Amino acid sequence: MQADEFANPGMLWVTRGEKLWRTPAGSTGAACAQCHGEAAKGMRGVATRYPARDAHSARLVNLEGRVNLCRTRHQKAEALAHESEDLLALSAYVAHQSRGMPISGEVPAELRASFERGRTQYHKRIGQMNLACTQCHQQNWGKTLLAQTISQGHGNAYPTYRLEWQSLGSLQRRLRACYFGVRAQMPAYDAPELLELELYLAWRGRGLPIETPGVRR
Amino acid sequence: MLARVRVPREAKRGEIIEIRIAIQHRMETGFRLDNFGRPIAKNVINALVCRYNGTEVFRAEMGSGIAANPYLQFHAVAEASGEFVFEWTDDAGERGSERASITVTG
Repeated sequence: MQADEFANPGMLWVTRGEKLWRTPAGSTGAACAQCHGEAAKGMRGVATRYPARDAHSARLVNLEGRVNLCRTRHQKAEALAHESEDLLALSAYVAHQSRGMPISGEVPAELRASFERGRTQYHKRIGQMNLACTQCHQQNWGKTLLAQTISQGHGNAYPTYRLEWQSLGSLQRRLRACYFGVRAQMPAYDAPELLELELYLAWRGRGLPIETPGVRR
Repeated sequence: MLARVRVPREAKRGEIIEIRIAIQHRMETGFRLDNFGRPIAKNVINALVCRYNGTEVFRAEMGSGIAANPYLQFHAVAEASGEFVFEWTDDAGERGSERASITVTG
């Protein structure tokens, strides 16, 4: 289902993203394509390097965050809401351009501290279930949790079409679902905790090909 | 409503061709409740028609058992060059349409 360009429901969002790429937005009336040109060229390989450090604010941003920074800074448009159809469509469209390319997983020196916090977070027990990410997705993947097979917990196919959601969703949505699953308090979208975890996951999944838009159960 | 349609660009006369359509739609079943316990109104694409040069070749009536973002696949015989027109409506009365052209040789 994922490999079939047409049957993959995530491709609906990619198609939508392609339209948005050419649609002017904000007070400058500029479309993404005006600065970045054809996404197939300009955006190829970009998703393999995220999350990355935004030089201007010195903060960690993921692909969705980068799309919104571009909107507010350059297009002078309003930032798109988390998990909104348009934000998912644009980030899926951009990430789709890197399909098949390996995640770089490189951690630059200035992101080392964030990366280490992400690694700590990955190994820290949280919630009423008192579970860390590592206990399911590193030590017990492939076994079953009730009726479901535990995944290796890689983020290389996000934004992904999840059958449970019947919709496309971001990696942060999936991570928040895991927080909910272990009965821990869910961090807000774009919380440093989640971004650092995304950074650690990118390093952990280095070399895996980008599969966006993936299809997951 | 956003949709993707795939019809072969070219075909030989008499050839059986595969037609595929995927529509982005929530397909709200009407059985779910919102966070306050109020029922969410049913809203599914209830009818889809495909016409080939004006002749109806495919019709689907869908209900609440169809998953979100429905994907349909069917076959037709290529007879003449022309256009496939897809039209559908949902329970909220919203209409969508998509078209694809085909060149038939031989």
